Amino acid sequence: MSEQNQQEFKAIVFQLQNEEYAIPVQQVGSIERIEHITRVPQTEEFVKGVINLRGVITPIIDLRKRFGMDEAEFTDSTRIIIVYMNDLEVGLIVDAAYDVIDIPTEQIEPTPEVIGTVNVDYIEGVAKIDSRLLILLNMERVLASDEIDQLKSIEG
Amino acid sequence: MNEYLEVFIEESKEHIQALNDNLLVLEKNPTDISMVNEIFRSAHTLKGMSATMGYQDLANLTHKLENVLDAVRNNQLQVHSEMLDVVFEAVDHLEEMVVDIASGGEGKRDVESVVAKLQAIEAGEQVVEASSTQAVTTTPSVQTDSGLSSSLDEFEIAVLKESEEKGFQSVEIKVSLREDCMLKAARVYMVFEILEQEGEVIKSNPLVQDLEEENFEQNFSVLLVTKTEAEVLRQKVLKVSEVEEVVVEPFSMEQVSSNQQVQKEALASDETNKASKDAPAKNASNSKEAGNVKLGNKTIRVNIDRLDALMNLFEELVIDRGRLEQISVNLKHGELQETVERMSRISGDLQNIILNMRMVPIDQVFNRFPRMVRQLAKDLGKQINLEIVGAETELDRTVIDEIGDPLVHLIRNSLDHGVEKPDARVAKGKPAEGNVTLLAYHSGNHVFIEISDDGAGINKEKVINKAISNGVIKEDQASSLTDQQVYQLIMESGFSTAETISDVSGRGVGLDVVKNTIESLGGTISIESEIDKGSVFSIQLPLTLSIISVLLVEVQKEKYALPLSSIIETVVVHKDEIMQAHKKSVIDFRGKVVPLIPLKDVFQVPTQLEQDDYYSIVIVRKGEKMAGLIVDSFIGQQEVVLKSLGEYLSDVFAISGATILGDGQVALIIDSNALVK
Repeated sequence: MSEQNQQEFKAIVFQLQNEEYAIPVQQVGSIERIEHITRVPQTEEFVKGVINLRGVITPIIDLRKRFGMDEAEFTDSTRIIIVYMNDLEVGLIVDAAYDVIDIPTEQIEPTPEVIGTVNVDYIEGVAKIDSRLLILLNMERVLASDEIDQLKSIEG
Repeated sequence: MNEYLEVFIEESKEHIQALNDNLLVLEKNPTDISMVNEIFRSAHTLKGMSATMGYQDLANLTHKLENVLDAVRNNQLQVHSEMLDVVFEAVDHLEEMVVDIASGGEGKRDVESVVAKLQAIEAGEQVVEASSTQAVTTTPSVQTDSGLSSSLDEFEIAVLKESEEKGFQSVEIKVSLREDCMLKAARVYMVFEILEQEGEVIKSNPLVQDLEEENFEQNFSVLLVTKTEAEVLRQKVLKVSEVEEVVVEPFSMEQVSSNQQVQKEALASDETNKASKDAPAKNASNSKEAGNVKLGNKTIRVNIDRLDALMNLFEELVIDRGRLEQISVNLKHGELQETVERMSRISGDLQNIILNMRMVPIDQVFNRFPRMVRQLAKDLGKQINLEIVGAETELDRTVIDEIGDPLVHLIRNSLDHGVEKPDARVAKGKPAEGNVTLLAYHSGNHVFIEISDDGAGINKEKVINKAISNGVIKEDQASSLTDQQVYQLIMESGFSTAETISDVSGRGVGLDVVKNTIESLGGTISIESEIDKGSVFSIQLPLTLSIISVLLVEVQKEKYALPLSSIIETVVVHKDEIMQAHKKSVIDFRGKVVPLIPLKDVFQVPTQLEQDDYYSIVIVRKGEKMAGLIVDSFIGQQEVVLKSLGEYLSDVFAISGATILGDGQVALIIDSNALVK
């Protein structure tokens, strides 16, 4: 991530189960409320379907399922974070998204061995800001399809 | 001045195409001097344009080409096949250069060998020619006091002379910009704009490209051929703001021409006469033709991006139209319904117009084939006559872009495996020259393209044997195959493997790719063939790809769209009419046994509704085969905008895309081809 060369970078913070995660703001297109999602048959389990995002068909991933967590009912705070990655445009369902913060690069620590149930591959690093612990996601890994098998082995 | 570049590229392409076309005609009638004149004219214009734009390599090569053509025109050279090979090669290089320029390059290319060949042709035949080549090399050394004339090449001098004969005068316009001029390139552009209304710009110093990049101080000069008076020109140019001074001087041709004259006189004197007689005649026909073009062609060039943007906007409109239609149905408000109906009709007309605007004649794809066939026939040692019918047939731009490669493949295939070598043809009692026909026509909402040859035809035995040995089919399947099915085998992936291409007299080099491309465009391809009579490959394509008619169906609570093009009809049957065969549900549809495919199971749709006693079935076809898709209800026919599912979901089984419905929700479009086995 080139952002790490800078002194600090802006990140969108969102919540999944009890953890807080962060994605660099450059990768985020918008944050949307949950609307009707059209299921796409015979795709990976975590692919929730597609939505009509202002005329563009956008695939939606349930991030809880992607990380092998338990599925949760959608609530009022559930959001879809639209991320752009290379040519991909994908929406991520998260429990809540509420914050944009500056993360100083020196606060980022290398990936710890194990954090919660999440496969370490998806984690770019961990940042401690005051008393908060933010998990920085590597979007390329999150969206890569060759990771699916590994994920299944963890679930099993 | 960048806006000239686009025009330059477009026109260069046209001229290169004209060169190719006319050279092919010339090859058939080598004595047709009027055709040589045509070709010369294209080369001439191309050279002038590229020199003006500062693409020297392009201008130089065209110049050499022109020398050869000029020699032909003056009966110093005979047209023969080897010579045309070299000329074609030169044209190929020109094309590469233009492509390079179009992609932002400099149009530079190593053309030494072809230049040498051209010069050899030019010099090898007659001594007279050699001396005229000398004239070319000596001309630039002619010194006059003007910076412009010293750099004039033979072509530019020729233009000046011709225009002088027609009563134009040449003037040199020296423009000085004010020292504080901020946008020099813009001023240059404005000056050129004015000058081009008054006459023709022959040359500028510095070159246009340098002017454009502001690689000059305050002054530049332009050589202009015009009928306008010097003072008028001066006043007009002075109107451009930030122009300090304009000097218009008559451009002296005397020294240049006298030099030329001496050399011309050194040539056979009758030759000079002929040339000067030729020139006015040619000019007359030139100007006539130019006039015709202007009158007959009331068209404008539109950038394809703008049309795409228009199309995208219109697609949005189609979506909203669907939404409005739904609202008006729900509300049942008379006036609203009436208005929406009218709007639907108007937007329907609009849709037709926009689609028509995006239509391009298939000629754009076809026109490269004569050259290709000529070369291939030479390489393969075959005699081929290519006939093109229906090149004016129009297709949507998006389809045109995709269809080129499959056609190249099929034509290669016809030449390679279809048409036999001349002696083999004669032995079979056929003329030595084989015929390949390319045919395009419209029918309904489709375009048909046929590639037919009168070659050897497809040997079914060999196809079957090969298919079995490559594991495409099993031995016991072979006997039950219809002719059509056998021919289809050659387009199966795995049919053709590299080491066995040469030993099969049938076809099948990578035809699976062709088939896939055509099917991905929503088209079909079929083959007919008869031994020793030839083969026909027929392609059927939709006119456009982005807006399609679909039948919306409901499966439980989910909505899916089925393209109308694959639907035969819809039926509702009672559950008692469903029969079991090999544990599969089938129905009797007009005497045919049609297998049933429950979409609910295929797509694992969550069950929310009770199944009643009647089944709604959509009968779809894939080539000869049929299947019945079981749905819960039909919603109705609708025009929808085809949208892709995007990169992330690029390969979903039996789904070819998605569309946005009137209520804003997404409906998936079913690819029934994937469902019918």
